[in-house]
Amino acid sequence: MGRIFRKPEVMTDEPTHYCPGCTHGLIHRLVAEVIDELGIRGRTVGIAPVGCAVFIYNYISVDFQESAHGRAPAMATGIKRVRPDLIVFTYQGDGDLASIGIAEIIHAANRGEKFTTIFVNNAVYGMTGGQMAPTTMPGQRTTTSPFGRKVEEVGMPIKIAELLSTIETPGYITRQTVIKPKYIVQAKKAIKKAFKYQMEGRCFSLVEVVSICPTNWGLTPVEAVKWAEETMLSYYKLGDCKTPDSHKGV
Amino acid sequence: MDCMTYKFSIDVDRCKGCGLCVSVCPKKVLEISDKVNKKGYFPVRQAHPEDCNFCGACYLMCPDVAISITETAEDDREQE
Repeated sequence: MGRIFRKPEVMTDEPTHYCPGCTHGLIHRLVAEVIDELGIRGRTVGIAPVGCAVFIYNYISVDFQESAHGRAPAMATGIKRVRPDLIVFTYQGDGDLASIGIAEIIHAANRGEKFTTIFVNNAVYGMTGGQMAPTTMPGQRTTTSPFGRKVEEVGMPIKIAELLSTIETPGYITRQTVIKPKYIVQAKKAIKKAFKYQMEGRCFSLVEVVSICPTNWGLTPVEAVKWAEETMLSYYKLGDCKTPDSHKGV
Repeated sequence: MDCMTYKFSIDVDRCKGCGLCVSVCPKKVLEISDKVNKKGYFPVRQAHPEDCNFCGACYLMCPDVAISITETAEDDREQE
């Protein structure tokens, strides 16, 4: 039968601190399910980011290391190089990875570090109160762009997956989303593939997950899903940007 | 085929009442309850449990892992 849906074993019983409708909890669950299914619970080390997911270590019971803002790839590099037998993943948001930590992630991808990054793109700085992020959509209102993001002043949103896939070093770079059940199934497959590439010692892997932030967008969760589908998915195209087999990028 | 049934359960105190599961349920089984839970949210409840076909869409969409669908044998109705 096999149609059983229950909380993955590696997730703790603690309720998350996230706002109602925040997809962080969902992405935590996908990562936890993949860890369970691959049977790597005992040798997985996560790098917690600075951002809303800072307390991820309360929810997934594997070893975690907290990193400075944006520096998770640097820390993952250290852990993975000292202990290549461990499975290392970083979990970062867009303020963390796309802004402050963009140098770290580009160089980690370029060096082909064998760890996995889960990059949660919700188009806003969540924890600090909804400021404009590098991934904020044109015209989107945030607390630091109250009249909407002006493209002529701050440019267009950064497409991290496409940016990283221009790097010649082999890697697995993909963009997924979790706003609809069918996309969630695909996102889980992508996360599993990313972990598998790491377990095979093949390449750097990054899964960008387009997600929602109802609180800072000022929408209800259901409206936020609709907004993300209409606005973000037409700009942030889903799918694999680069695989280690297709050496060249997009 | 052996005698298996599915059990749908909602962890009321984990639920934050975001309503995402209500929006994805293909059979319109779920609705937001009017009773407050321990944290002060209005959790989701099964308004029409007889229509549920245990597809798992609500589990997939739930950001707080509050929904679980488990298999129970007819003679083994253990509670979680």
